[in-house]
Amino acid sequence: MATLTSETPTTAAPQHALALLRQMLLIRRFEEKAAELYSAGKIQGFLHLYIGEEAVAVGAMQALSQDDNIVSIYREHGHALARGMPAGAVMAEMYGKANGCSRGRGGSMHLFDARRRFYGGWAIVGGALPLAVGLALADKLQRRAGITACFFGDGAVAEGEFHEALNLAALWKLPVLFLCENNLYAMGTHLSRHQAQVDIARKAAAYGLPGEAVDGMDVRAVEAATRQATDRVRRGEGPMLLEARTYRFRAHSMYDAELYRSKEEVEQWKKRDPIALCTARLRQQELLTDKDMAGMEADVAAEVAAAVAFAEAGPWEPAADLLKNVHTPGGK
Amino acid sequence: MATIRMTYRDAVRAALREALQENPRVFLMGEDVGRYGGAFACSKGLLAEFGPERIRDTPLSESTFVGAGIGAALGGMRPIVEVMTCNFSLLALDQVVNNAAILRHMSGGQFSVPLVVRMATGAGRRVAAQHSNSFECWYAHVPGITVLAPATAQDARFMLGAALHEPDPVFIFEHMMLYAAEGEVDETGPPPDLRKAAVRRVGTDVSLITYGGSLPKTLQATEHLAKQNIEAEVIDLRCLRPLDTETILASVAKTHRAVIVDEGWRTGSLAAEVSARIMEGAFYDLDAAVARVCSAEVPIPYAGHLEDAALPRVDGIVGAVQEMMGRHG
Repeated sequence: MATLTSETPTTAAPQHALALLRQMLLIRRFEEKAAELYSAGKIQGFLHLYIGEEAVAVGAMQALSQDDNIVSIYREHGHALARGMPAGAVMAEMYGKANGCSRGRGGSMHLFDARRRFYGGWAIVGGALPLAVGLALADKLQRRAGITACFFGDGAVAEGEFHEALNLAALWKLPVLFLCENNLYAMGTHLSRHQAQVDIARKAAAYGLPGEAVDGMDVRAVEAATRQATDRVRRGEGPMLLEARTYRFRAHSMYDAELYRSKEEVEQWKKRDPIALCTARLRQQELLTDKDMAGMEADVAAEVAAAVAFAEAGPWEPAADLLKNVHTPGGK
Repeated sequence: MATIRMTYRDAVRAALREALQENPRVFLMGEDVGRYGGAFACSKGLLAEFGPERIRDTPLSESTFVGAGIGAALGGMRPIVEVMTCNFSLLALDQVVNNAAILRHMSGGQFSVPLVVRMATGAGRRVAAQHSNSFECWYAHVPGITVLAPATAQDARFMLGAALHEPDPVFIFEHMMLYAAEGEVDETGPPPDLRKAAVRRVGTDVSLITYGGSLPKTLQATEHLAKQNIEAEVIDLRCLRPLDTETILASVAKTHRAVIVDEGWRTGSLAAEVSARIMEGAFYDLDAAVARVCSAEVPIPYAGHLEDAALPRVDGIVGAVQEMMGRHG
């Protein structure tokens, strides 16, 4: 197993590097606004923020085409935005509005977008890995070129479905990229407190598929590693496990006492803030000026404001439509 | 009407074969469905005929192969997943309840899951508590899915094909004691109405409402009752979700008495649901309290005489009707 780092060569052109930064910044500002709206009571229930992990979704999504399927988890706002889902539809979903991407039936944890092959938004840990295997099986049986990228956290590695899904995908040589976002905590339980083998990438070997780990705070490293991984998966050589080592800066959901980790640990990780790292590199390469950065911030702020306005203006679905979509219309 | 006599097992196999022939997107997966030919021999010969891409042996990973069925259905295939028995299906219940059943609603109507899952259910083979459960009631609790219980060779032959035309998940429970049973199959009839209960025997004195593996016992009971001049009507529910309340209530309105025969445990059973619907919809038609013949509230024991004692029996059904008629007839 090799660990890919930012030293891994990439061919990222300046414009591309700036686009990655902008996407990460959009996620960061979107999440900050969501936290604010949660406190204001506009967003309810659970709200799992992606702050700190932006490089994973943004880096990985660069290697995935519109023909590929995305299966995600309950901390998926970043994946949805990086996939190109409109921020307004995502925000409206968090409001529970009918113009939300799941018509207000899903909320923060259950974002869906058929057009962009974004298959959720799943909140039973490990429960969506089998779906990814099935989507990939459908592609293989129909001789389609697409692959399936399945995001999940380090907590899911403890679930039986992680092991079953890796085995089945490898056994049937299915085009799945298993992408583990290891943020070190299954809610409040540190990886070392729930795994005998904390090197997640190594677990792939047990099922005969390659496993790699990548610095999940470095967007270009994530992109490069995902490209390598998807190239392999696209060649029909079977699935692959990629572990992105990252960290969430906020609570598990909106509020927790964070008794399970120290402030020092959080501060230590914040020194490797993916946006700060990316910004510093671009400045060093003289690809980003203060003016550029201010322009990008203003642009992102406008997009977030428009998303909030879209959510605010959205209608509530009438309660009379409560039973809609339990079954498919036209079915009996 | 030209009918052919065949076993329930052969009817299931004929249905699978027809589905695989008719639609190239149909495939079968499950434990031992291929080389072994299926734990109940329902898929015997299909691997040779359709090949390993369409008849797929899976690892013993119920959750993952049921979940993969959901994913494959989302991806445009028409999977038939066989779970060997409903006892093992509990390992996949999360996939059913938290994924398959809710996806359409939770995605705001964007994704349907055209998945068919078949599994054996029930007791009677002296295989003890871990292989003898009837869990169809648990599935029938869940909105978003359809639950079928073919009780005849005819339904075993044609319900699967009809289920494969449904846009949402369908779960088919095949009682393991029925596989060897023979019945008449009409190959020329119209496709079955999946959601309509069937009147298997017309009667005037009491409605016996049942499904699946309890149907043959219930029909046998009616022969004993007829000798005592009690003409029982037998309703085969066929579809456990949604229930055909209309057919149940129409029968009770005619007979004024109802006994529900259900191999599930009594507490929280399908029999309880049917009984509640009769109270809600036909209370003033009743001449007697609704009675239930269910399994005893005990894990199904191994020893034959104890297993028999735990399950609904012909004499128990007859006794329940007699008691009701004795009091009120």
